[in-house]
Amino acid sequence: MATKSKSTLGLGGMRLKGQEATLDDLDWQILRLLQENAKQTYTEIGNKLNVAHSTVYDRIQKMEEYGFIKKYEAIVDSEKMRISQITAQMTIRTDPKETESIAKKLTKFSQVLEVSTSFSEELVIIAKVVAQDQAELHSFIAKSIAPLPGVLRIRTAIVTKKYKEERFSLASRENYSKKKE
Amino acid sequence: MVSYSRVLRTVLREEAFYFFTSIGNYTGQSAASLEEFLQKIKDVDIKSLEFHLFREDFEKWIALTLGDNILAEEIKILRAQKVVGNALRDRLYFIVSRRLKDLKSVSAPK
Repeated sequence: MATKSKSTLGLGGMRLKGQEATLDDLDWQILRLLQENAKQTYTEIGNKLNVAHSTVYDRIQKMEEYGFIKKYEAIVDSEKMRISQITAQMTIRTDPKETESIAKKLTKFSQVLEVSTSFSEELVIIAKVVAQDQAELHSFIAKSIAPLPGVLRIRTAIVTKKYKEERFSLASRENYSKKKE
Repeated sequence: MVSYSRVLRTVLREEAFYFFTSIGNYTGQSAASLEEFLQKIKDVDIKSLEFHLFREDFEKWIALTLGDNILAEEIKILRAQKVVGNALRDRLYFIVSRRLKDLKSVSAPK
């Protein structure tokens, strides 16, 4: 399965296309392994991909440097830690003139984990929020989000059960390859 | 002792009453004064009135933000009577409009 890639332009496996760095097969395989377990050593990753640990080190350094890898984080199991926490998905309809300003303000709250904008029938902000319980969630939305200028309506869905949670999909790789062609 | 000017004032955006129909579901309607609150009672979804009455939100906002304990007590009675639906809208509107009229008449220059 291991694929040895050609190192080009002194960027590990990454290539510069215009000013944009691109990934090769080995980079993608390293990313996949890091997604599974970011604590693996360079040697462990190298053994799995049949390449030298120094190659793995070099590729990871470059991917960090170019921002392909933004950070490494611990995924905490709040249930095991007995932390009482609920997660909710907020959809906020806004005055289009204020959308960006509201989205930026949302990023400042520690209760807000993710903020993005979406356009289907209308432009909305989608945000993932956490709170200790429903009372705290409501209080946060009522006191901190609803009063923001330009907020027209908020719909909130509380997550009851999570079936899958991934931060990155290998399907992205196929799209990535198609885009490159 | 109720301060009439305090009860009748327009509060800051952060202190306004925001109407929700359930946890986290904001209707887009808000009231920054008792006068505006009265208007919104007529328009807002019945579910929102029931939601806030049950949670004691109306009493808290009227007592703590506007400073009108008398009106808050009247709404508390309404909650105890478990009034719902259009009857709730009508009675809430009646109670608040009567109180607003009283306050305006007392605070009006003679």
